[in-house]
Amino acid sequence: MAIIDFIAGVLGNNYWLIPAMPLLAAAVGALTPRRGRRLAATAAIAGMIGAFALSCLALLSALITLNAHEYNNFDWFELGNTAVRLGFVNDPLTGFMCVMVTFVSLLIFIFSLGYMKDDANFTRFFCFLSLFAAAMLGILVSNSLLVLFMCWELVGLASYLLIGFWFHKPEAAAAAKKAFIVTRIGDLGFLLGILWLYHATGSLLFYDGGSGVLETAALEGLAAQTTMGGLAVSTAIGLLIFCGAAGKSGQFPLHVWLPDAMEGPTPVSALIHAATMVAAGVFLIARVYPLMTADQTLANVPVHALTVVAFVGAITALLGALIAVAQNDLKRVLAFSTVSQLGYMMLALGVGSWVAAIFHLLTHAFFKALLFLGAGSVIHAAHHEQDMRKLGGLSKPMRVTFATFAIGMMALAGVPFLFSGFWSKEAILHAAHVWDVSHLPLYAGLAAVVLTAFYMTRLVAETFFGKPRSTAAEHAHENSAVMTTPLVLLAFAAIAVGFLGTPAWPWLQSALTNTPVESHSLFAGGGLMMLSILLVALGLGAGWAIYGRRARVSVAARDPLASAVPGVFAFLGARMKFDELYSATLGRLNAFLAALADFFDRWVWGGAVNVLATLGELAGTMNREADEDALNGGFDATSERFRSAGKSYSRAQTGDAHGYLRTVVLGFVVLALLVILGGAR
Amino acid sequence: MSTLHACLLLSSALFCVGLITALSRSNTILVLLGIELMLNAANLNFIAFWRFNPSAAPAAPATGIVFVLFAIAVAAAEAAVGLALVIAIYRHQKNIRLQDATRLKG
Repeated sequence: MAIIDFIAGVLGNNYWLIPAMPLLAAAVGALTPRRGRRLAATAAIAGMIGAFALSCLALLSALITLNAHEYNNFDWFELGNTAVRLGFVNDPLTGFMCVMVTFVSLLIFIFSLGYMKDDANFTRFFCFLSLFAAAMLGILVSNSLLVLFMCWELVGLASYLLIGFWFHKPEAAAAAKKAFIVTRIGDLGFLLGILWLYHATGSLLFYDGGSGVLETAALEGLAAQTTMGGLAVSTAIGLLIFCGAAGKSGQFPLHVWLPDAMEGPTPVSALIHAATMVAAGVFLIARVYPLMTADQTLANVPVHALTVVAFVGAITALLGALIAVAQNDLKRVLAFSTVSQLGYMMLALGVGSWVAAIFHLLTHAFFKALLFLGAGSVIHAAHHEQDMRKLGGLSKPMRVTFATFAIGMMALAGVPFLFSGFWSKEAILHAAHVWDVSHLPLYAGLAAVVLTAFYMTRLVAETFFGKPRSTAAEHAHENSAVMTTPLVLLAFAAIAVGFLGTPAWPWLQSALTNTPVESHSLFAGGGLMMLSILLVALGLGAGWAIYGRRARVSVAARDPLASAVPGVFAFLGARMKFDELYSATLGRLNAFLAALADFFDRWVWGGAVNVLATLGELAGTMNREADEDALNGGFDATSERFRSAGKSYSRAQTGDAHGYLRTVVLGFVVLALLVILGGAR
Repeated sequence: MSTLHACLLLSSALFCVGLITALSRSNTILVLLGIELMLNAANLNFIAFWRFNPSAAPAAPATGIVFVLFAIAVAAAEAAVGLALVIAIYRHQKNIRLQDATRLKG
C-alpha cells in the first residue's frame, strides 16, 4: 500500500507536469544561442527523460487506482455567469499513450544527436523537437476539448516548423505549407464540431463528475436531438470531429500532405509519422469514443458516425498500400505504409474496437519508428541518397541497421507469432470480421495485408540485397553507437510489445478498459488467422520471387512490375494523381473565385467609385472656376503665411519612425516627472 | 510585496522590453512586436487592477476582462494593418528597414 500511495503522491493531480517538461526544454532551447549545441540537446533529452519518468508514474497510478478516470479541473476565467473551465485527465489510455510517446521520442532525440550532428541549426532543431513533444503530450493529458484543440494546433505549428526545417530547399518549404494547409482544412471541421458541442451541452470538459460531455447525461441529450437530414446531433458532431482526426491522421481524402512531409529530416519523419502527430487523430477518436458510439442504439438514422469512420479507414488502408507498391523513394514507401496502417487503426475504431486500434497504434509506433530510424541510418550512411534504385547491397556493411530494419519490416508485414504487428493486425481483422454492418472493410484489410508484405519485401530487397548501385552506396558503412543503440532498443520493443495483447493473455485490453477480458487460446482466431498467415506468406513470397531472387542490376533497369503492367505502375507511382486531381478541381475553383473577386473589385466596385470620383471632379472644377475670381485677393496672402509656417514645422516631420517614438517616450518621461515632482493628483 | 505589486513589476518589465525593442530594432516587424508587447503590458495592468482592486470596493463583474478583450481585438486589427503596411513597404523598397521608410517626410 505504501508504494501505491507513494506513486500516486509524487505526481498527484498535476498531470500538466508531463507536457511541461519538454515545454521547458523547448524554452531553454529557444533562449540558447546557436553555438550552445550541447546545452540545447542536453535540455531536450533531460526534459524527455523527466517526461518519461512522470508518464510511467501516471500509467502506474492509472493502473492501480480503480477509478476509470482521474481528473483535475479548474476555472480558466469567468465571463458574466459562465466560467470557462479547463482540465487534465489521467486514465489508462492517457498513461499508455504518454509512455509510448515519451519512450519513442526519447530514442528519436538520441538518434538525432548523431543524424543532425553536422547541421548548423542543431540548437533550433532540438528546440522544435521539444516543442513538438510537449504539444503532443498536451493532447494526451487534456481533459477539455479546448485544451486539446490548442495543443492540436501547436502540433500543427511544430510540424510545420519541423517539416520545413530545411526551408532553403523549395520542396521542403512547399511540403511544410501543404501539411499545414491540408490539416487546417480538417481542423476547420473539428473547430465547428467543438463549437456545436459547446452550444449543445454547455461544456467542453470530457469528465466532470457527471456533467462532462463524455458522460451519460450529455450523451443521451445529444443522441436524442436530430438535425438536418435526420442525423442525430451526436452523429453530426462526431463526424465534424472526425474531419480533424482525418486531417491529422492522413486519412483519405486528406492524406496528400503526409508523403510530402518526408522532406523534413528523417528523425522528424520518425517522430511525426510513427509516434506522435498521425497518432493524434486516432487518439482523438478513441478519447471521444463515447460520443462516437452515442448513436449506435438509434435504428432510424441515415448513417452512424462509426460506419463512416470504418469505410474511410478501409479505403485509406487499401489505397496507401497500393500506392506504396510503386514508390522508389525509401522514405515515401514508409510514408504510404503509414497512411495504410493509420487506415487500419481507423478501421478498427469504426468497427467498434477502440482497444484494437490503440493496440495497433502502440505496436505501430515502435516498429514504424524503428523503420524510419533505420531508413535514416541508411540515408545518413549513403550521403543523403534515398532513392532505393541507387542503393543496394547494404546488408554487409551495415549489419546492425539491416538486422533491426528486418525486424521492423517483419513486424509491419505481420510475420506470425514473434512480431508485434501480427498480433495487433489480427486483433483488428478479428474485430472487422465480427462487425455486423458490412464485410467490405474486412476484405480491404485482407487485401492490404498481402500488399504490405509485398512492398516491404520489395523495399528490403532493393535496399539491402544485390550489389551497390552508386558510389554513395559502395562507401556506406555502419553508423556510430548513438544511432544504432536506439535501433536495437526499438527492435526489442517491436517484438516485445505484441505480447502485451495476445488473445491468450489480453493484459493490455483489460488494462485499457478497466474490466477483465476473457483470455482465449493463442490461436483463437482460427480460420481468419490461418487466412491472414497465408496472405502474409503470399505477399512475402511474391515479393521475394519478383525482387529478391534476381536483384536489380543497374540504376536504370526497369522495375519488373513496371514491365508487366506499365500503365497501372505509372498511375500508382504518380500517387494515383491525387495532387493533380486537387489542383485541377480545388485549385482551379480557388483561382476562379479569386479571378471573380478581382473582376468585381476592379470593374464593379471600382467602376462605381470611378463614376463618383468623376462627378466629384466635375463639381470641383466648377467650384474652382467660381472661386478663383472671388477669393484670390487677401486669401492668397494669408495662405502664403500659413504655408511658410507649415514649411518650418514640417522640418520636424523627418519620416524617421524611431525619431517619433523617441519623442513620444521623452514626452512621456517629462509628463511622468511633472506628475511625480508636482505631486499632482 | 503583494500580488498586485508583482503584477505591476512584471508589466513594467514587459513594457520596458517592448520599448527597448521598438526603439532599437531596425526590422519593422520587430518594432511592431515591441509595440504589441507594450500593449500587452497595459492589458496586464488592466487585469491586475481589476483582479486585485486595492480600494477594496467590489469590482464590477468582468469589467477588466471585457476591457482587455476589446483591447486584444483592436490590437489584432492593428497588427493586421501593420503587417499589411510592412508588405507594402517591402514591395516598395525591397527591404523592411524602418530607417529607410522615410518617404513621408515633410
